[in-house]
Amino acid sequence: MIRFLHVTKEYPRTGAALKDATFRIGKGEFAFLTGPSGSGKSTLLKLSYADERPSSGEVRVAGMSVSKLRRREVPLLRRKLGIIFQDFRLLEDRTAEENIAFALEVTGAASNVIPGKVARLLQQVGLGSKAASYPNQLSGGEQQRVAIARALANDPYVVIADEPTGNLDDRATRGIFQLLQDINMAGTAVLMATHDLELVRRADYRVLELNRGQLVFDSAETSTPATTER
Amino acid sequence: MRLTIREALLSFRRAPLLSALSVMMVAFSLFSFGLFALVAINFEEEFSRVEARVEIQAFVDDTTSVTTLTDGVAAVARYSEVQRAAPITREEALSRARESMGEFRDVFDAEFLPASIEVQLKEGFRDAVSVRRVADSLEAIPYVNDVRYGEEFVQQLDAIRTVATGTGIALGTAFALVAIIIIAATIRIAVLARAREISIMRLVGATNGFIRRPFLLEGLLTGVAGGLLALLLLRGAFALVTRFDFVNALFLESSMAVTGIAAGGLLGFMGSAFAVRRHLKHV
Repeated sequence: MIRFLHVTKEYPRTGAALKDATFRIGKGEFAFLTGPSGSGKSTLLKLSYADERPSSGEVRVAGMSVSKLRRREVPLLRRKLGIIFQDFRLLEDRTAEENIAFALEVTGAASNVIPGKVARLLQQVGLGSKAASYPNQLSGGEQQRVAIARALANDPYVVIADEPTGNLDDRATRGIFQLLQDINMAGTAVLMATHDLELVRRADYRVLELNRGQLVFDSAETSTPATTER
Repeated sequence: MRLTIREALLSFRRAPLLSALSVMMVAFSLFSFGLFALVAINFEEEFSRVEARVEIQAFVDDTTSVTTLTDGVAAVARYSEVQRAAPITREEALSRARESMGEFRDVFDAEFLPASIEVQLKEGFRDAVSVRRVADSLEAIPYVNDVRYGEEFVQQLDAIRTVATGTGIALGTAFALVAIIIIAATIRIAVLARAREISIMRLVGATNGFIRRPFLLEGLLTGVAGGLLALLLLRGAFALVTRFDFVNALFLESSMAVTGIAAGGLLGFMGSAFAVRRHLKHV
């Protein structure tokens, strides 16, 4: 699903953000990506949805090589992924259902299937009654649910989540995490960056830990997760 | 397509101020261009009126018979540059001379003036070179004694025309360039205002073409609206100026007005294409 092979990403001014990272996330797997701020989590995620290209090494996602992807092929990759952010990234002047429908329209979905699918997605994330609400009328947790519904719109192989609970209180965090777990149970792989160690400890999922751009720990390879030792 | 139209219209509704600003920028650019065009058209009109006075007189030998003269006129009328050729007999020459002399009309009592062929040239052949060419071929006719055409007048007209055309092209190009730059800048602001939306579109897998289309349509509509507004302003300005009786000016022909509006659309479209392309390249 996601495969990094000796991937290094260097930026002209700040130097290497990711150094020689190698790992593989399989079909239907759930993995946490942890590490302090600036450790390279976002860079790693950006590489997996082709917002950045590796300086060296190979990144393969959903059967496509990010290193060799042409500009016009990037949208094709994105349609196989669902991406979620800490700041939700919803269009403020569109309702919840319009935000979700937008993701379907963009990919050229037939207009007669969109309303039904949007309604199903809203149900799935527990927002059936908030279809006509604008983002500013929704709580943080609800906005993130809309974002998740949008991420699921194109039936992705992988959901990539960059600190999805970073802006949320405990209760909303639990709700969003549960939702991501449900999505994973239904067969979609999830790669979730977080520095909420409480969350990591609560579930028995694979953990990848980055520190200063280096992949220092992978629970799939060791039996004692570094994060739980602290 | 439906989606493109919806998105384009949505952006007008969401940022009415910015849209209005864009329309106004296009309108003012085209308005100043239109004002300039009006001046140019009226100048050109006046110019061709003066130019129409360019004529060539070929004086013929006194012994030339009327039939020879008539045949000669017919031959000259067939020259490709010639609009009209007419025989002026000695009597006519005299009566014309008398007319122009006013109170001295009785000075002449005999037909001392020679007969001639009077030649007017078609539009586009009234420049010094063409006039000279026709004059030369008239001079080559055996019974033609002398050819006159006010050489200096023609040359001066030519000089004025060269300067006017040059200035017109230079100013027109400058106006058009300024208009394009202003429109591109305005649309760029509109694009930047929607940078977040564009980034979200890309995130969910929209192709660049899909992202671009509503902007292009928006640019086109903005340009057409600007063109219409410019025409309205121009008409107003024209009405204001022609209120004075001594001003007798022409307005744009309807085909030119339509061209102007189309030009507005094209400007908007190109400005938009340019701005979006640049933006998409950078993100």
